[in-house]
Amino acid sequence: MTTTDTDEQAAFLTKLRAFQGTEAGTEVGADPVNQAMIRHWVEAMGDQNPVYVDPDAAAQSVHGQVIAPAVMLQAWVMRGIRGRPAQGGSPRDELMGMLDDAGFSSVVATNSEQEYDRMLHLGDHLRTRTVIDSVSEEKHTGLGVGHFVTTRVEYETTEGEPVGRMLFRILKFKPGTGRSAAPSDDAARRPLRPRPALTQDNAFFFDGAKQHRLLIQRCAQCGRLRHPPGPRCPRCGSYEWNAQEASGRGTVYSFVVNHYPQVPAFEYPLAVGLIELEEGTRLVANVVGIDPSDVAVGLAVEVEWLDEDPDLTLPAFKPRA
Amino acid sequence: MSEQNRLRDAGAIVGIGATEFSKDSGRSEMRLVVEACEAAITDAGLSPSQIDGMVTFTADTNPEIEVARNLGMGELSFFSRIHHGGGAACGTIQQAVLAVNAGVADYVVAYRGFNERSGHRFGTGVQGRPPLATAESAHFAWYAPFGLLTPAQWVAMFAQRYLHEYGATSEDFGRIAVADRKHAATNPKAWFYEQPITLEDHQNSRWIVEPLHLLDCCQESDGAQALVVTTPERAKDLAQPPVIVKAAAQGAGENQDMMTSYYRDSITGLPEMGLVARQLWNTTGLTSDDVQAAIIYDHFTPLALPQLEEFGFCARGEAKDFIRDGNIELGGRLPINTNGGQLGEAYIHGMNGIAEGTRLVRHTSTNQPENVEHVLVTAGTMVPTSAVLLGVA
Repeated sequence: MTTTDTDEQAAFLTKLRAFQGTEAGTEVGADPVNQAMIRHWVEAMGDQNPVYVDPDAAAQSVHGQVIAPAVMLQAWVMRGIRGRPAQGGSPRDELMGMLDDAGFSSVVATNSEQEYDRMLHLGDHLRTRTVIDSVSEEKHTGLGVGHFVTTRVEYETTEGEPVGRMLFRILKFKPGTGRSAAPSDDAARRPLRPRPALTQDNAFFFDGAKQHRLLIQRCAQCGRLRHPPGPRCPRCGSYEWNAQEASGRGTVYSFVVNHYPQVPAFEYPLAVGLIELEEGTRLVANVVGIDPSDVAVGLAVEVEWLDEDPDLTLPAFKPRA
Repeated sequence: MSEQNRLRDAGAIVGIGATEFSKDSGRSEMRLVVEACEAAITDAGLSPSQIDGMVTFTADTNPEIEVARNLGMGELSFFSRIHHGGGAACGTIQQAVLAVNAGVADYVVAYRGFNERSGHRFGTGVQGRPPLATAESAHFAWYAPFGLLTPAQWVAMFAQRYLHEYGATSEDFGRIAVADRKHAATNPKAWFYEQPITLEDHQNSRWIVEPLHLLDCCQESDGAQALVVTTPERAKDLAQPPVIVKAAAQGAGENQDMMTSYYRDSITGLPEMGLVARQLWNTTGLTSDDVQAAIIYDHFTPLALPQLEEFGFCARGEAKDFIRDGNIELGGRLPINTNGGQLGEAYIHGMNGIAEGTRLVRHTSTNQPENVEHVLVTAGTMVPTSAVLLGVA
């Protein structure tokens, strides 16, 4: 990556991030909460709980009346096939336009989180207020190079009573920049890699990885580097530590090529190396950019980054140029 | 390491018992353990009510109190569990010897049982384990996200470096498997009874994780094994000729990791096993020259080699030559795994190996070498581990 690229990216990110915290418009549901829509939903979902459709049964329940399924929250204020208003103009539309113009024209919804303040009843009429929560730096994902955009949607009744909220995250990415020129359905459906268990002793490493920084724990007193990290320096006894950014260069000290069992999160054969860094510590990471059958002890390698998903970036090592 | 180990000749294995070894027991793990314990107690000529101590693995899922209740044991005055998977095996015997010498129990049963093939398969490793904010869970943060998930994969990293440094080959690993299967072929209790393999079979078996072929990896088994331990004094009055625990030891090495001690200056030795070896020799005054047969822990063939080196049967890096020269076969200098080992008989986390060591001293193995006076039995490798040296009274 050239310096110019980096500068341009930084400038673009600054423009994108100017939208963070911006109100992105309000909308009102087309219809109040109603029995017909609830019925269609629970039939489609195969949910047979009578509290959603049977007034007598609902009256006997703790709710005392028919309620809407909580996860329908988003449905009550969706635009549906009406689409977007002809004259856009909302800050969200403006942000999406900027991303489109920069080539990040593909979109995929990655995840949403909802919170509910109370159950919704027939007749509740909802409106939303949307705020652009955050825009990520440029990420290299399996689907391609892109930015994650998170919006926060506050749901309230038309009388102003808050009833819930939703964080909604999408990835705007450049088509054709993913793992393969045409991302296969398989890759898109691949389950996430196992999550690292994080503690106060190791989280810095994975936080660093998200910023594409390969960090080695360093004793703040005697300077000794250690990996895997721990709370106390075995040499001098200090509990104070910081982290040194590694050069990213090393050699393959040992390696394996996994064939079985095949876990769906990975592609096989899978080369895993024990990398000895220039700084002297070793770590386990995938060996990439080389046919697994060509990996050898002593191979000179350098770090590259696997942005696996929004929550996980891992170092990998490729043959040094 | 203490230089004061006083537990020389301080315990005796007086009973052994096991279920059949299978791939689908059709019974609960608890029932397997209860059956094995009952068989071991009967073998000793004891009754369950005489047992007052129990030891097992933290990895075992059968609580000692339930085993005791099902067997009608009554009160227990000693119970203990040992961590680190197969590394615990001989540690259970050490715990029992400690207990009977301290006078906190008279007769202790050590056991391990599971449906490791028909139930939860051990070979699947740690995939799907939830990440918790504990040190034991965080350990896997350095391996699981990169796809290094199974015991075979953790061991293979070590094996690759061993091949690189010592010029050993996959065939040298294969010779361990061939010897195991040769011995299993004549042991009716072995899963691979009458199914020997050749080195060619080994080389042609598919890769599991390079440099490990399928036939470098032990089985997954259903079954249970139990052993009864008491003092040599009490052993004199029991049904079987006592098998003396000449010494028993545990060991965790410097910079020890659970299966992944990849960060030591050298990763081709097993310092934890070296520590165990030093204790056995120091306690007994014996050396490798005094040992006529051995049960060498063989969850994966590569790690049998450095074990032979750590105990001094050959020099470091020379296990390949020791093996090529036929020393580990029947009739050789040190027949190993006469029951077929865990590759050939069953994988009961090393406990069936202690039972075979007991049979070797009793002279009742199906592959009995002549003139066996001392037998070494080792436990799991690349984990904190243990071993016992068994001998005649």
